Amino acid sequence: MTFRPGTRGPAVLAVCSLALTACSAGSLGSSDDSGGGGSIEITYLIGNQEQDLKEAQQLSKDFTAKNPGITINLETRPSGSEGDNIVKTRLSTGDMTDVFAYNTGSLFQAIAPDKNLTSINDEPYIGDLDENFRKTVTSGDKVYGVPSGGFMGGAVLYSIPVYTKLGLQVPKTWAEFIANNAKIKAAGGGVAPVIQTYGETWTSQLFVLGDFHNVAAAEPDFADKYTKNQAKYASSPAALKGFEHTQQVHDLGYQNKDFASAKLPDGLKMLATGKGAHYPILSGVVNDMIATNPNAAKDVGLFALPGDDATKNGLTVWTPGGIYIPNTTTGDKLEAAKKFLGFVASPDGCKSLASAGVPTGPYAVKGCELPADVPQAIKDMQPYLDKEGGSSLALEFLSPVKGPSLEQITVEVGSGIRKAKDGAARYDEDVKKQAQQLGLAGW
Amino acid sequence: MTITSARPKSRTDSTPAAQAAGKRFYTPYSFWFYLPTALLYSVLFLIPTFASFYYSLTRWTLFDSTFIGLDNFVMFFQEPALVKGFTNTLVFAVVTSGSKVVLGLLLAVLLTSRIIGRGYLRSVVFFPVLVSSIGVGLTFQVLMNPERGLINGALGVIGIDGPGWLTDPSWALMSIALIDVWKGVGLATLIYIAGIVSIPREYMEAARVDGAGSWESFRRIVLPLCKPATVTVIILSLIGGLRSFELIWATTRGGPGFTSDVIASVIYKQYQAGFYGLSTAGNVILFLVVTAIVLPLNWFLNRREVDL
Repeated sequence: MTFRPGTRGPAVLAVCSLALTACSAGSLGSSDDSGGGGSIEITYLIGNQEQDLKEAQQLSKDFTAKNPGITINLETRPSGSEGDNIVKTRLSTGDMTDVFAYNTGSLFQAIAPDKNLTSINDEPYIGDLDENFRKTVTSGDKVYGVPSGGFMGGAVLYSIPVYTKLGLQVPKTWAEFIANNAKIKAAGGGVAPVIQTYGETWTSQLFVLGDFHNVAAAEPDFADKYTKNQAKYASSPAALKGFEHTQQVHDLGYQNKDFASAKLPDGLKMLATGKGAHYPILSGVVNDMIATNPNAAKDVGLFALPGDDATKNGLTVWTPGGIYIPNTTTGDKLEAAKKFLGFVASPDGCKSLASAGVPTGPYAVKGCELPADVPQAIKDMQPYLDKEGGSSLALEFLSPVKGPSLEQITVEVGSGIRKAKDGAARYDEDVKKQAQQLGLAGW
Repeated sequence: MTITSARPKSRTDSTPAAQAAGKRFYTPYSFWFYLPTALLYSVLFLIPTFASFYYSLTRWTLFDSTFIGLDNFVMFFQEPALVKGFTNTLVFAVVTSGSKVVLGLLLAVLLTSRIIGRGYLRSVVFFPVLVSSIGVGLTFQVLMNPERGLINGALGVIGIDGPGWLTDPSWALMSIALIDVWKGVGLATLIYIAGIVSIPREYMEAARVDGAGSWESFRRIVLPLCKPATVTVIILSLIGGLRSFELIWATTRGGPGFTSDVIASVIYKQYQAGFYGLSTAGNVILFLVVTAIVLPLNWFLNRREVDL
C-alpha cells in the first residue's frame, strides 16, 4: 500500500502538465468541407444565448431565401469570457468557422484583427454603417465587421406601475434617484427599490459601466487619459461615483433580499411583476423579459443612469456585436461569406433581425427603422439618442483597456465585502494587466 | 511483522542479472521497443511541460509572444486575489483531506463490520465519486440556495435560519469543502476498506485473547496497520484539494467577489481573460507548490516502516 517513490515524480509531472495544457478548447463540431455541385455551405459561429440563436436562425433563413445557392450552418459557442477563449483559440489554430459573431470594441482589438480577419473595406455597403459602430470594428485603417443587431443602452429599467402608484418622477440626478428609492422603501408592500442579481455576476457592473456618460460629461478626456494610464477610477471623482453608487445602494438596504443568489431571470421577473422598482441593466435583456412576461412591454420603462448634473444626464450606449470573416475563409466560401455580411448590413437584414425578436435598440445601418410596436423601454431610448450630447459610447468602445475582474469587484462592493474606493483601486490594478497584454504605451 | 515499501536499496542489487552485466544494467527489452512510448511521452508530456516553462516567461496572446523575463511571476505574486487564493487553497486542501481521513476511516470500519446489505452500502458510499463534479456542483447550488433551497427549507422546518451557504462570504468556501467531502469520501473509504480487510484476522483474535476491547484493538491494530492506507488517502486528497477547481467553478466561480477563489480558479480566470503568459506562470507556480508540499509530506509519512 505504500506510495512508491519511483512512480511519484512522473505522476506529479503528468498531472501538472495535464493542467498546463488543459486550456486548449477543442473544435465544437466539424463543418463539412465542400458543398459540392452549385450549392455552397458556410458555417456561422454564434454565442449560445437564446436571442443570438433566434436572430442567427432568422438571418440565415432569410438569406438563403434570397440566395438559394448558399446554405448557412449554425454553430454555437458559450458566451462571456469562455467564449472569448474559444474564439481566440480557434483563430490562432486556423480552425475558425467561415463567418463568426464576436464583440466589438476592446474585445475585438484583442483578437488581433489585422492578423486574423478579412477586411471589408471594399464592400459597397461600408458607407451605410453607423459611424459610431464602424469605429468599434476598425483596426488601423481597415474595417472588419457588420453589426449583428441594434444598439444597446446601459440604463435603469423601472416599473411604471410602481411609479404611477407612488406618484414618482423619472429621476435626472442621483439624489432624486435615492429619494425615489426611499419613498418606495417607505411605501412597503415588499417592493425592492433596487434589483440586484449577483447570481449572475456580469449584471452587477451597470452602476459603474452604465455611468460612463456622466463620467464623460464631467471629464470629457477621461477615455483618452485612461488609455494612456493618466486617469484612474480610484483617483477620478467622477469615475469613482459608479463604485460609490453600488456601495450606497447596499448600505442603505435598497437591494432585494436575495440579491446575492438571484439570477437575471429572477430580476426580470421581479421587475415585470412590480416586486422590484429599478433594475440597472442592459436594454438587451428586454426581449427575454417580454418573452416570459408579455405585460412588461407596457409596464417597464427606461431611464439613463442619473448623475450629479441634471442638464448633462444622458444614456451610455453599447454598440452591437460584429459579424466577421476570418482570413482562413477562401474561394467560393469567401464570396458566400461576403454576400452574407452584405445582407446583414442592409435594410433587409434589419427587417430579418426585427422579425426574430424585440430589438435591443436602434439599428446601426442606414435605412433601418425600428418597428412601430417596440416595447416602452426601447422607445424610451430614442429621445436620448436624438438629443445632441444625450448619449455616449460605453468606455469599452472608446478605450481598449478593460479589466476582466470588474464583475467580481462590483459584486464585492455591492455586497458590503469591500468599500467603493478600495474596489476602484483594485479595478485599476486589474486593468493594468490588460493594458500590458495589449502592449499599450505608458503602462 | 514488517510492511516494506517497494524501495530497493539501489538499482544494481534489484536483479541478480544486473550484477552479472557489470555497469550496464540489464533490461529485457531492446531500445527500439521503448521508442514509440518515448515519442508519445515527449510529444504529449515533455514538450508541453517545457514549452509552458518557456511561455511562462513571455507575454503571450496565442497569436504571438514577447519575452519579458520573470515579469509574469512578479505580477502573479502581486495579484491581490492570489493571497486569498493561496490561503483558500491550503485551507480547502487541509480541511477536505482531514475530513476525508476521519470520515473515510470511520465509514470503512462500519462497512467492514457485519451489517446487513454491506455490499450495497459499500457501493452507495462510492456512488458520489462516480458523478461528475459539475453535476454535483450545480445540484448543490440549487439545494443550497438561501431562499428557495431544500437545505434551508429543511432547516427552516426545525426553526433554524440557515445561512447563505454559497453566497455568504464567510460560509462559501466551507460549504464547497463540505460538498467536496461528500463527493470524495467514498474513495477514501474504499482505500481504507482495502487496508482493513488486508489485516490478518489472527491479530484481532490474538488481541481479543489478550483481553483487548474493541477500542483497544482499533487503536493498537487497525489504526497502525492502516497507516499505508492513511498515507495514500492523505496524499491523494491533498493533491486533489490543492488542484480543486471544477466544484468551486460550478458552485460559486470563486465568488462572492473573490472570497472562495483558489489558485486554480485564479489561473483559470486569467486564461479566460486572455493573459496566457501570466496564467501559464501561475501553473508553473502551482506545479512547484504542489511538489513542495507533497514531496516532503510523502517522505515524512513513508519515513518509518510500521513495526508491530
